[in-house]
Amino acid sequence: MRAAITIAAKDLRQRIRDRSVFVIAFLVPFGLTLIFSLTLKNASGDSKYTATYALVDQDGGQVAEAFTGILTNLDFVTLKPTESVAEASNLTEDGKVDAAFVIPAGFSTTVAAGRGGELRVLTNPNASIGGIVARSLAQSFASDIDGIQVSVATVLGEHSGTPPDAAALQALVERARQTPPTAVLDQNTAESKLFSSTTFYAAGMAVFFVFFTVEFGVRSLLAERETGTLARLLVAPLRPAWVIVGKAAASFVVGLISMTALVVASHFLLGAKWGNTLGVALLVVSGVLAAMGVTALVATLARTSAQASSYASAVAVVGGMLGGTFFPVSQGPAILANLSLITPQAWLMRGFQELAGGASFGEVLPAVGATLLFGVVLGGIALARADRVTSR
Amino acid sequence: MGGDGQVLECRGLRKRFGDRVAVDGVGFQIAERETYGLLGPNGAGKTTTISMVCGLLERDEGEVLVEGRVVDTKAVDARAAIGYVPQEIAIYPDLTARENLRFFGKLYGLGGKDLEARVGEILEIVDLSDRADEKTERFSGGMQRRLNIGLGLLNRPRLLVLDEPTVGVDPQSRNAILASVERFRDQGMAVLYTTHYMEEAERLCDRVGIIDEGKLMAEGTRRELVSMVGQRDRVSLSATGDMESAVRVAGALEAVEQATRTEDGLELVVEDARKHLPAILTYVGEHAHVTAVEVTEPNLEAVFLHLTGKALRD
Repeated sequence: MRAAITIAAKDLRQRIRDRSVFVIAFLVPFGLTLIFSLTLKNASGDSKYTATYALVDQDGGQVAEAFTGILTNLDFVTLKPTESVAEASNLTEDGKVDAAFVIPAGFSTTVAAGRGGELRVLTNPNASIGGIVARSLAQSFASDIDGIQVSVATVLGEHSGTPPDAAALQALVERARQTPPTAVLDQNTAESKLFSSTTFYAAGMAVFFVFFTVEFGVRSLLAERETGTLARLLVAPLRPAWVIVGKAAASFVVGLISMTALVVASHFLLGAKWGNTLGVALLVVSGVLAAMGVTALVATLARTSAQASSYASAVAVVGGMLGGTFFPVSQGPAILANLSLITPQAWLMRGFQELAGGASFGEVLPAVGATLLFGVVLGGIALARADRVTSR
Repeated sequence: MGGDGQVLECRGLRKRFGDRVAVDGVGFQIAERETYGLLGPNGAGKTTTISMVCGLLERDEGEVLVEGRVVDTKAVDARAAIGYVPQEIAIYPDLTARENLRFFGKLYGLGGKDLEARVGEILEIVDLSDRADEKTERFSGGMQRRLNIGLGLLNRPRLLVLDEPTVGVDPQSRNAILASVERFRDQGMAVLYTTHYMEEAERLCDRVGIIDEGKLMAEGTRRELVSMVGQRDRVSLSATGDMESAVRVAGALEAVEQATRTEDGLELVVEDARKHLPAILTYVGEHAHVTAVEVTEPNLEAVFLHLTGKALRD
């Protein structure tokens, strides 16, 4: 272990002397975060969120009317009444609306009869934020309807086997109409789930650049092989594994400092809101480990340090783009959103987005787990192939 | 210490890379205060052999013992007795000479005052004390080479392995390196020295192993190798007088295999000229006045050519 610490300390000393690490690990990602967030704020002029939803009301009943009323009263929502599901689907798919609500025929009747009803939400994969808000609104309304159903069912229970009393139905509708406060509450929740542009780009740049920051560790192993110092290390009375552990530790420390510095600086200097501290810390650690796993595996495929650097950069750029570090990948085709999940960057961005939206430590664990899995599996494969690097 | 005072004992080393046999049954021993040279052209298997000796490379067959302890890629402690000087200048250019020495010293378990004292000693040995705190990227090639050797001495090795340490070195630095290797040998180390320079092997090595295409073709002292292949010394005498008689009496000597008259004297093919030269001069001197003597001993280049059919620099 002492040997590993000695090697890690030596590598860190070299990194500190090579000032480029400050540029890659902090200055560039922080600078880009600043530029992107300022640019987007200026471009939008007003950062207030708005959404356009299609509404297919095949029911026309009072419950449907109540839901429509709720949506109409929301100042950030523009409703576009639509005749058919197909039309709504097309509008959604074409990105002309952020999402669509479909109220099926007989909805009001079945709800009033206590048999429930299905309120459909069509989301556009290109507008994930609009989809999240739409789902949130529908779920909020549905939860109130459930409550009302219980009430109605109690009322209706006294008249079992008879059609719903008109007065009782009217009461149901009135109560449904009174749901805006809940919906507004959910609207706020949904809005807060959105990344602010600053938080989004701070997270994106931190995730994107950590793959470059940790890459030096594995590259330095290849560089040491080329210069002969690796042979010198391996002749010393220490286990070859300590060389790898030492270099990995140095990479981990630099990656950790880089991401942490960005989180802290973007919070205090740019106003980024990262959310649950423990969750952020876990994501940062898992992100650094995933980056180490990916770059280590890539390095074992290379013959020289220059080749390893090129491979790792290519993987970092493609992974970063695909993983949504520069733009929300959900704004691309659905296949892209699904494909992005093969990258640790996408899971990290998902985790940071959830935390920024107020998710708890527990809620972000799946993203942490998926990211860690990349680190463990890819790092494990890299370790198994490590003798390709250490052997002459 | 191994048997019979041997520091290093290698037996039947074999290493294959794919279909190519890089080292094929190589074995030799080195005692303390002995320099053993592995002489062969580039690609002969020298570096592969010493990589196995140092435990850097897993061998397919064979055994390496340093001071009686098995050395392989997993033998961590046994490697502590080995000092290794690779062919490349294996130092960190962005660290100072002192930092380089401290780093490797710590890996050999040195610490505190012991480490600082040893670092100071090495800096003295390689004559870099006045540049100790400069980054080595600012050093000349010769200074970097000296530090490269110094790093191999940090652990006070019993076996010092130098892999072609003079490649690409100017003549002045080369001489300094060869002189330092002689000093290390005199201090009691066993030295394994690989080279493709015949002159270095002849100057430094007590015994030489000639290696080609992964095989140890022959080994022994320079004289043993020369005699092994039937090479004889050549003695050229510049003389005046009764040259017919001089040739006759010289040719009659048991040590002289051949005597011929030349324009300015005579030329003799002699077994071990150094031993028999006084007698030759006495007998020839009875008939002629000898004005100059030139003894040409067969060199390792000739031996290598004889054994492999090719020149060392091929």
